[in-house]
Amino acid sequence: MNIVVLVKQVPDSGADRNLRTDDNTVDRGSANNVINEMDEYAIEEALKIKEAHGGEVTILTMGPDRATESIRKALSMGPDKAVHVVDDALHGSCAVATSKVLAAALGQLNADLVICGAESTDGRVQVMPHMIAERLGVAALTGARKLTVDGATLTVERQTEEGYEVVTASTPAVVSVWDTINEPRYPSFKGIMAAKKKPVQTLSLGDLGVAPTEVGFDGATSAVLEHTKRPPRSGGAKITDEGDGGVKLVEFLATEKFV
Amino acid sequence: MSEVLVVVEATREFGVKKVTLEMLTLARELGTPSAVVLGGAGAAEALSGKLGEYGAEKIYAAEGEEIDGYLVAPKATVLAELVNRVQPAAVLLASAQEGKEIAARLAVKLDNGILTDVVALDADGTATQVAFAGSTIVKSKVTRGLPLVTLRPNSINPTPAPATPAVERLTVSATDTDKLARVVDRVAEQKGSRPELTEASVVVSGGRGVGNADNFKLVEELADLLGGAVGASRAAVDSGFYPHQFQVGQTGKTVSPQLYVALGISGAIQHRAGMQTSKTIVAVNKDAEAPIFELADFGVVGDLFKVVPQAAEEIRKRK
Repeated sequence: MNIVVLVKQVPDSGADRNLRTDDNTVDRGSANNVINEMDEYAIEEALKIKEAHGGEVTILTMGPDRATESIRKALSMGPDKAVHVVDDALHGSCAVATSKVLAAALGQLNADLVICGAESTDGRVQVMPHMIAERLGVAALTGARKLTVDGATLTVERQTEEGYEVVTASTPAVVSVWDTINEPRYPSFKGIMAAKKKPVQTLSLGDLGVAPTEVGFDGATSAVLEHTKRPPRSGGAKITDEGDGGVKLVEFLATEKFV
Repeated sequence: MSEVLVVVEATREFGVKKVTLEMLTLARELGTPSAVVLGGAGAAEALSGKLGEYGAEKIYAAEGEEIDGYLVAPKATVLAELVNRVQPAAVLLASAQEGKEIAARLAVKLDNGILTDVVALDADGTATQVAFAGSTIVKSKVTRGLPLVTLRPNSINPTPAPATPAVERLTVSATDTDKLARVVDRVAEQKGSRPELTEASVVVSGGRGVGNADNFKLVEELADLLGGAVGASRAAVDSGFYPHQFQVGQTGKTVSPQLYVALGISGAIQHRAGMQTSKTIVAVNKDAEAPIFELADFGVVGDLFKVVPQAAEEIRKRK
């Protein structure tokens, strides 16, 4: 099975994250950039399928030059190769334009199965799998907490508010996964060394047949007008339980009209 | 005034969800609210009373196996046809998994911008979003097409404005491509009568400090006494104490209730990302240095197995 995993480089969610003051895009310059955490689960799932059924795993990333760091990190887990869509004109692209670029790249990769994280930790927009599936005219099985592959038939357990749905489709398809689906492996030393030699193909917008005016700020379908930092919360009263902590807690809740 | 389409979010068990009432309340500020019900047979009939109570002047209904038997693609197709026909002033959906997914497909079909996790929307289409775990407030606008917006639950106070909606049946014309992802089973998992996590006005969450799955009864008891939902930190979920759909945090649900109670939760950034826009936060933790106390309006440093039962008893006394 030919599997493509979508990997996004994001600013570390464990550190302070900002939008840039000059053009309102995510500040990647001063941030510590990492693989979107959910994507590691997507990579793991792809590797498990390859191990069970054979095939090839390709990483697909759209991002600036420095996204190469995340691509090498992803490859060190075990995928075979990577494709990096990089073009200065992409800066400022909205979700709709991003899906156009990724769909164009996937069109060239001939994937049976596209796996991605259910959302990224920076935008948390959660729209990409369905946007891509809509453009490619293939099935999207999203929010998977379990994925079973039987020949060309895919079955997922999709997490919902009420429980789960069992959803099935034939390949080709897009599957997005939550972090309950598996436990991602750590790259081995051998894997890290091997990743340095794995092929990373770069594609420009020209290679994909997408015009620069369709992406970036020119092609954006939405715009950030302004942004402000919210003042951090400050702690209030803190008491140490001296046998009446529960009562004191309820007294506080009562003054706030919760009981 | 132009119509504003509100795509109804509902469950089989509890009917119309609160976020739908919030969307109808918002829609009344922007135009004439029309509810769009996309669901199984008989869905619109069951929901029309509540939708009318909150101001739906019209209900568009697309129902049946063609809609309900597949993942969101047929819903997006029906909605795109409706949008092209009525040219609404805006389209509102819930900022939850399905609402975002329908909106995603609609955006591509219409080549239209999309804004998610919106907490306020002005008449001129300017949306307010909260980004980066609540640390940044963003004003944004759709610049191509109509305002296509998903509203985050607990953003707007829903107020009734009774109307008598007429129901218009929509023809479902899903293509073969819309029917590629077939739903073969829906399994409900235990939740009891508690409110839904993202919509609840009170959330009581337990963390690693709760110790084991059995002890979560203590968290549930306090939640029930406060009329709230139960949440769990990632550490608690990873340890198998509580199911994943109740996880609050960066890789879980984002909640913004009136009251958030954190029990045995240290307050790692992973967790804070999902709850720090809560209006009031209280915490119980045995570690006085736990970062959760930096957020808490009221914190108790102590053993939750002593503090929580005593608090539960005190609430019972006051009832």
